[in-house]
Formats: sequence, structure tokens, C-alpha cells
Amino acid sequence: MHFSEIIRQEFPILHQSVQGHPLVYLDNAATTQKPQVVIDALSHYYEGYNANIHRGIHYLAEKATSAFEETRKSIARFVNAAEPAEVIFTYGTTDGINLVAQTYGKSFLNAGDEILISTLEHHSNIVPWQMLCEEKGCILRVIPLLETGELDLAQIDAFITEQTKLVSLIHVSNALGTINPVQEIIDKAHAVGAKVLVDGAQAIAHLDVDVQALDVDFYVFSAHKLYGPTGVGILYGKRALLESMPPYRGGGEMIKEVTFEKTTYNEIPFKFEAGTPNIADIVALKSAVDFVEQYGKSSMAAWEDELLVYATAALEQIDGLKIIGTAAHKIAVISFVLEGIHPQDIGVILDQQGIAVRTGHHCTQPLMKRLGLVGTTRASFSVYNTKEDVDRLVMGLHKVKKFLA
Amino acid sequence: MTLNEAQDAIIEDFDLFDDWEQKYEYIIDLGKKLPGLDSLHKTEENIIKGCQSVVWLHAEYRDGKLYFYGDSEAIIVKGLVSLLLQVLSGHTPAELLSTELYFIDKIGLASHLAQTRSNGLASMVKQMKSYALAYSLGTV
Repeated sequence: MHFSEIIRQEFPILHQSVQGHPLVYLDNAATTQKPQVVIDALSHYYEGYNANIHRGIHYLAEKATSAFEETRKSIARFVNAAEPAEVIFTYGTTDGINLVAQTYGKSFLNAGDEILISTLEHHSNIVPWQMLCEEKGCILRVIPLLETGELDLAQIDAFITEQTKLVSLIHVSNALGTINPVQEIIDKAHAVGAKVLVDGAQAIAHLDVDVQALDVDFYVFSAHKLYGPTGVGILYGKRALLESMPPYRGGGEMIKEVTFEKTTYNEIPFKFEAGTPNIADIVALKSAVDFVEQYGKSSMAAWEDELLVYATAALEQIDGLKIIGTAAHKIAVISFVLEGIHPQDIGVILDQQGIAVRTGHHCTQPLMKRLGLVGTTRASFSVYNTKEDVDRLVMGLHKVKKFLA
Repeated sequence: MTLNEAQDAIIEDFDLFDDWEQKYEYIIDLGKKLPGLDSLHKTEENIIKGCQSVVWLHAEYRDGKLYFYGDSEAIIVKGLVSLLLQVLSGHTPAELLSTELYFIDKIGLASHLAQTRSNGLASMVKQMKSYALAYSLGTV
């Protein structure tokens, strides 16, 4: 059996009919499906050792705490953090970016300081910085984009200057699949003393991420795009930075001592984890990491790359179809437009054939504006997709054209 | 034709279709046939919020009745708009407010009115009812 067929067996949701057709799930950039081991981990937690963590001295609390902290260790290893304490649990990528904006940003950025983002950013890596700029008088600057969907690096030195204090960059574009040269930008940013946050939401399931090799200051991602549960995110931060930052939310867990006069804060990572966290989903995230490590991210990526090549060639055969985003380095995401047909209509007709894609602006309205589009249709692939899925998409699009052209 | 008669007529039309393809061909056809809204009425305030595609709704009140005109840049949505106009345009505010919409369920397009669809048809119906309410209260 083929690699992807073996992996596919582990995802119960994929084995169903939608609108009378076998499901073709090509909306993986929005969220990946969950393997049985992750689903099992969730129910095992609730069936066997649900308890609130860290302060309970009973058996269940200790077991839950230990599983919770095992995930932290596992993530630290997965992204090669120097230590587990540099791994903060959040509620998602958006939450992680807001955390950094509201703590690091509020404490260390001042009026006139520049925050640099790129044209490819998701709204979640634009709006938190705009809010900060409004409050602190910082200036938001944007790295321009080439027609290929790649950042215009010829101009980068005009954007990374002595005024740049923070660079917040998407690692892989959710809308186009472009892989950004984050290493080069981190190095340039550090050369002028700026800190760098990388939004790894779309990268984490597809690319090897080594935060120490990158020397990145903050790296954020979501569990649910990594075969894990929804409602969990990771903020990696360098210890010295995390320690220098004030807490984000106040409450339980994040304190050392509370009196009505003054509260002292807990150590990292707990300082940033106020309140009861999303224990079950965090525990189950470890199974998602185990799943990826079992098959190997590079083997998974190799298959996804093969799908990308196959799908790109197949889609290019369709008359009137134009692929948006033709970067040399891409993950298996294909955004496209069909001449004269609104993306939403494409999505509706594909859905009738059991094919799930995403249509619209992909939470990147400034990017769509730059490209002069109202939106695109996006097929995003994962390791469990097959060439048959690509064939079904192509047939589905021929039907779309028959209906709508 | 009363509002309910208009709903029943559409249900009868859709009964003739055997599969989704026929149904969507019909909807697309309706979309193509619906005259576009005059650019004069494609104003910011006539845009229905919450849509993946832009949908416009324009209302006129004449001789005690509300007349609706709509448009969309997506053809299937435009077809669905056409169905809503067939049913809801040309009635008194009182009739609009007192009648339940059941035809969408009956023709198997309920999912298009669901929140998740983000095509704004639910918002469109709400907006039509708001016009009816405003005119019935004489606040416009």
C-alpha cells in the first residue's frame, strides 16, 4: 500500500460520503483532520484522568499534570527549543501574536518605532500590530510583493532599518503557499537589533522548524493545523525575552503570591498561562506530534510536494484557469481563479460533488487587493490526500465550467 | 399572488428536478436572467454584510407595498436572490412580517441560509424584514 494510503487509514473522517460522493478534503490549510490516535487521546483523558492540573495532590491531578507537561516537552523537542519552559500554551496562533503584541509590544515599543510585516500576512498578523500602533504611536511597514507571490527582497534593506524594532512575518502564506526566506530576514533584522516573530501556522505541519537554528525570537502556531485538536496554540519565545515581558492575562496559575497590596508573578511558562488551560486538547496534542514523528515530517512533505507538482500540472491544463502564487518555494497549496467565474460559485458546485475547498479572501484582504482579486479558490493538500483527490478536483472543475462558463 | 402562493409555486417548480445538477442549472439560469441592479443602487449602504460575494439589496415602497431589487457578483447567489425576490417582493409590510418563509427548506436549500454559508442570504432576509418593520411603523 502507498505511504499516503497507509496514513489515510488513520483518519476516520475521510472515509465518508458527502452529497453522495466520497469526500475529497482539500481544505487542509484551514484545518487538518485528526488521526485516530489524537481522537483516542482526547477520550482517554476524559475517561481516565480528567483533573485540574498543577496544584492537586491527588492521583488524577498528578497524572493529568504529568501528561500536560509531557506535551510541553514534546513540543520543545519538536521545534528544538532550548528548554520546555520556552513553550507557552495559548489558544491558537492569533492568541500567540496578540500575547506578544500586548506584552512585549506594549513594554518595549515606543512612538516612532517601526513594526515590519509583509503583504502576505493573514489578518491575525496585521490587526494586533495595528492596534498596538494606534496605542503606542508605532509605525507599521509592509514588505512589498512580486507578481509571483514572493516577497520583494530586492527592497528589503529599505524596510529593515535602524528604526525597525520588530519584524512579524508569516513563514508560509496561507493564501498562496509561498515559503518565505525567514532565515535571511531574521538575520537582517537581528543585524539592526530588531526582534522577530514568525507566524508558523501554515509551516509547522510541512517544514522542519528549528527555532534555535533560526535564532527566531518568537515562533507561533496552532495545534489544529498539525493534526491536533482545536483551541490550542504554541508560543515559543526565548527565555530572556519571555522573562522580560509582563504577564498577558491575570488570574490563577500565573501568580507566585497574591496579596491585596501586590501580586508577584510565577516563573515562565506559567506566568503566561492564567486560568485553567485547555488541558484535554493540550494532552492530545502530544499524540499529534507523535503521529508526525512516527511518519517523519520530511517523508510527509515529500509526498505533499509530489501532490503539488501533480496537481499544478493537472490544473494548468484547464482552460481559463490561472494559478495565483507561483513562488519557487511553495507548500502544497494552490490558489487559483477561473476566468469569468466567481470563487464562491466554484466552491458551491465543488461542494455538491463532495469536494471541500476554500473560497474567498482567506483572511488576507490586503493581499487580495494587491493582486487585484476579490478572492481565489484554494485547494490545500495534506499528507493523506491522493492523486485520485487531485483527479476528482480536476473533474469537479470541468463540471464547474460546464455549469458556469 | 400572496406571499404563500409565491412560495408554493417555487416548491412546485423544484419538485420537477431529479438531482442537484438540474436544481443548480435552474438556479444559475435564474441568476443569469435576473436584471442587474442599476449602478445607482449599488451603494455601500445597500450591501448586505457578511457575504463572501458582494450582495446588494435595494427596496422601494409604492402604494403600500414593498418592492425589492437585488444583485450579486456570484451567479448562484444571484439565483438564490432571484428566488427570494420572487417570493418577498411586492407585498405589504404587514404580510411580509406575518408570513413564515418555508420554501427554502422545502426545496432543499436550507444550508444556503445557514450562518456557515457566509453568503449573506440569511442577512438578506433579515434586511428585507427590517424594511418591512420600518415601513409598518412609519419610521422611514
